[in-house]
Amino acid sequence: MGSYILKRLFSAIPVLLGITIIVFAIMALIPGDPATAILGSYATPENVEKLNRDLGLDKPAVARYFIWLGNMLTGDFGQSFALNRPVIDEVLERFNATLVLAGTAFVLCCFLGILAGVISASRQYGFADKAITFVVLLGISIPSFFLGMMMILLFAVNLRWLPVSGMYAIYGGGDLWDLLKHLVMPAAALAVVATGVIARLSRSAMLEVLRQDFIRTARAKGVSERRVIWGHALRAAMVSIIPVLGIQAGFVLSGAVYIEIVFQWPGVGRMLVDAILKRDILLVQGGVVFVAACYVLFNIMVDVAQSLLDPRIKT
Amino acid sequence: MRLFLKLLARNRLALAGAIVLSGVILLVLLTPLLPLSAPNVTNTADRFVRPFSPGHLLGTDHLGRDLLSRLLWGTRLSLAVGFSAALIAATIGAAIGIVAGYFGGRTDNLIMRGVDMLMAFPYILLALAIVAALGPGLMNALIAVAAVNVPFFARNIRGITVGIAHKEFVDAAKLSGMGHTRIILSEILPNVLPVIVIAMSTTVGWMILETAGLSFLGLGSQPPQADLGSMLGEARAALISAPHTSVVPGVMILIIVMSINLLGDGVRDALDPRLRSGALSRPMAATLVDRAEVPEKRTDGILSLDDLETQFHVGDRIFRAVNGVSLSVVPGECLGIIGESGSGKSVTALSVMGLVASPPGVITAGAVRYKGRDLIGMRYPALRRLRGDRIAYIFQDPQATLHPLYRVGDQLAEAIRCHHRISKSEAHDRVLELLKSVRIPNPESRARSFPHEMSGGMRQRVGIAMALANDPDVIIADEPTTALDVTVQAQILSLLDDLRRDRGLAIIFITHDFGVVAQLCDRVAVMYAGRIVEQGPTPEILANPAHPYTKRLIACVPELGGGRRELAAIPGLPPSVDDLPPGCAFAPRCRKKQTSCERGEIALKPQNGRAVRCLYPEWRPS
Repeated sequence: MGSYILKRLFSAIPVLLGITIIVFAIMALIPGDPATAILGSYATPENVEKLNRDLGLDKPAVARYFIWLGNMLTGDFGQSFALNRPVIDEVLERFNATLVLAGTAFVLCCFLGILAGVISASRQYGFADKAITFVVLLGISIPSFFLGMMMILLFAVNLRWLPVSGMYAIYGGGDLWDLLKHLVMPAAALAVVATGVIARLSRSAMLEVLRQDFIRTARAKGVSERRVIWGHALRAAMVSIIPVLGIQAGFVLSGAVYIEIVFQWPGVGRMLVDAILKRDILLVQGGVVFVAACYVLFNIMVDVAQSLLDPRIKT
Repeated sequence: MRLFLKLLARNRLALAGAIVLSGVILLVLLTPLLPLSAPNVTNTADRFVRPFSPGHLLGTDHLGRDLLSRLLWGTRLSLAVGFSAALIAATIGAAIGIVAGYFGGRTDNLIMRGVDMLMAFPYILLALAIVAALGPGLMNALIAVAAVNVPFFARNIRGITVGIAHKEFVDAAKLSGMGHTRIILSEILPNVLPVIVIAMSTTVGWMILETAGLSFLGLGSQPPQADLGSMLGEARAALISAPHTSVVPGVMILIIVMSINLLGDGVRDALDPRLRSGALSRPMAATLVDRAEVPEKRTDGILSLDDLETQFHVGDRIFRAVNGVSLSVVPGECLGIIGESGSGKSVTALSVMGLVASPPGVITAGAVRYKGRDLIGMRYPALRRLRGDRIAYIFQDPQATLHPLYRVGDQLAEAIRCHHRISKSEAHDRVLELLKSVRIPNPESRARSFPHEMSGGMRQRVGIAMALANDPDVIIADEPTTALDVTVQAQILSLLDDLRRDRGLAIIFITHDFGVVAQLCDRVAVMYAGRIVEQGPTPEILANPAHPYTKRLIACVPELGGGRRELAAIPGLPPSVDDLPPGCAFAPRCRKKQTSCERGEIALKPQNGRAVRCLYPEWRPS
């Protein structure tokens, strides 16, 4: 098992390098001169030239890439000019908040999605199946940012059950209870789409598995129907559900950007959007690379989980 | 194509989606002609007018602009951008996928590596990076969304192309000297086009959502121009004071995406042949029973079947898989059921414990009695208690019948523990004992193996051990040796024979091989097209088959050293059991057929412990 994890980690190195190359290439597309963008169009040519030299922008692209890569490996993602602080500090702080939000949503959508999918499949064409199928369809069709806004209207403005936005109350608060109150709505809104997708997939994976011969064997043994569904069938269906969980984690992370805007959540997505609007390129670059790298590592964890579940995978 | 449209129309939800979507599209196409106020004319005096006000059906926004007009123009923009993004992504993605799949080798490797890299990003990061580089704007958002979806199309289309690139017609085109470009355009593209269309229909909803999302973030369409996303983004500031400005565009996105999803699902389902055949429905815990009356008990034995009828209902067609079968076994006896594939022998066996997949299977008549208790009408909990405990099964192909993800020891232990409350260690001891009794070497380590780590013969022994787990009275073995090679087959047969003698088991042994029947079975029943055509003690039937079908079946068995004997395959095929001829079902293939054979029902006539369903039997008892 240990060697399998190491092997997967090594295989991630080219992917991580590829990510940095893609991000660097996209950023190299930026029209015009970053120094001018930073200093504004009224800057003197001397100042622009000096800044270019300071930023190392006078060097050829390939050299710039390797300098950037080398710096990142030492933990130096550069300086955000808009915030005037190291990119890595800002990204780490913001990523923490995103992790709380996206992590909660992810756990929620895995649990609810698989639950709904299994119930749906085991009552195929019954009332529960039809009801779940309809709710799922609604869930995957509604834009999460619109859903979030409607939740604010209902639960925060009309019913006054939950705070409107933010991660902690401005005055007082700051404890876990306060965090949970702020977390409920954004996490739920964020989980909806992925829950729908996972429910759909779990349903079809279960239906596929329930027709297999080994399910008939379990029934012939006299295994109770509940154990057939939640034990034998779900275990086998997880083999095709788990890889999709990895993909859905990417969608949850993506959806977090909208949800963070709607609920004023101080996460990395909101940071990226602000940075784009302010043209704070180093912050965008660093944030994208950092989050993408985390996602790659997460997917390795998914692969490892898959190999733990399925003994047929060679480790 | 007509069939496809018909199927699509039959799916009411998909139809509803299609109608709503075409309604929306029609509306936005007509927008320039409708008597609407201009979408971008501000009138700050009339800010936040509520819906249903005179002059403003849906009210006005924060700058006093008419919401209805903005909604329709915004929808127009959103749809246009979403569909163009889908079209661009599909075109570029398909081109990449076809090139990778068609040329293969290094080109393929290089391209797919790149695609994998792009897919390693959560999609929005890539989109944000692209917008960050190009700057905010609707055109750039469109490019970003299209670019993000290219890998998806590339990967899908590549998979399909690889399958096609090695087909004969492509090789033929290459041999005829056609250039690569011509082959791709004339041979490959027409074959992948349907896949591209399906992939588009399932992703266009996503793309509309994604572009709306970017606009919502302020990175897409820039004011005063507005698509649905940026309308929502602008309305967010007034969410609490004027919620209608948010609800209107939000609901529109929901309607559009939902109708597209419904339609996309419909298209996918209509093209999936498995749905049509009903193969995607799940089998229930026990076979459905729909019988008018319980026939009285006519046969003796620990397990007896009386006039059993099992049918498969698929659409309007009824397949009579088992058509009035009566059988019985006594303890210590082995009864063989023999027939070609499709003769109904397996369905007969599975019907006993309600294991026929339903839907589509239905038991429509007859009774199965175990020690006098009717199993067919039994309630599920009682039936479950008997399954595997008193009546156990051994199935064909242990590769598929053992759970691939559980250790075999655990699967065996479960068979015991779902009927008897015993401790884990007791169960473990019993498992080792069982493995030993089916002559598996190293039971300790074998118990910890997974099925895929064992050979076919070993797996079948595990299957037999599982059937023996609770010391049952009856074992039903459904072609347990068919998937095994001859030496292993002989071992398994002698194992079963020993077990039957030692434990007094009753065995129902299903096979298509008279050689196996001769080795193991005391009596044999020959099935054809869902009915028993002959039944009797094995040696007598082997020596003097009465039914022409039995005789032909025996003639099919090759004999060692008997090279002279006529080895005749039976011409023709068994009839389809949803359209049985009147009279003898074997008549069309029978050499001795007379007109009377096809006139009406022929009864199974018992005589001296044998029975035959034939008007002109090959042999009559003297």
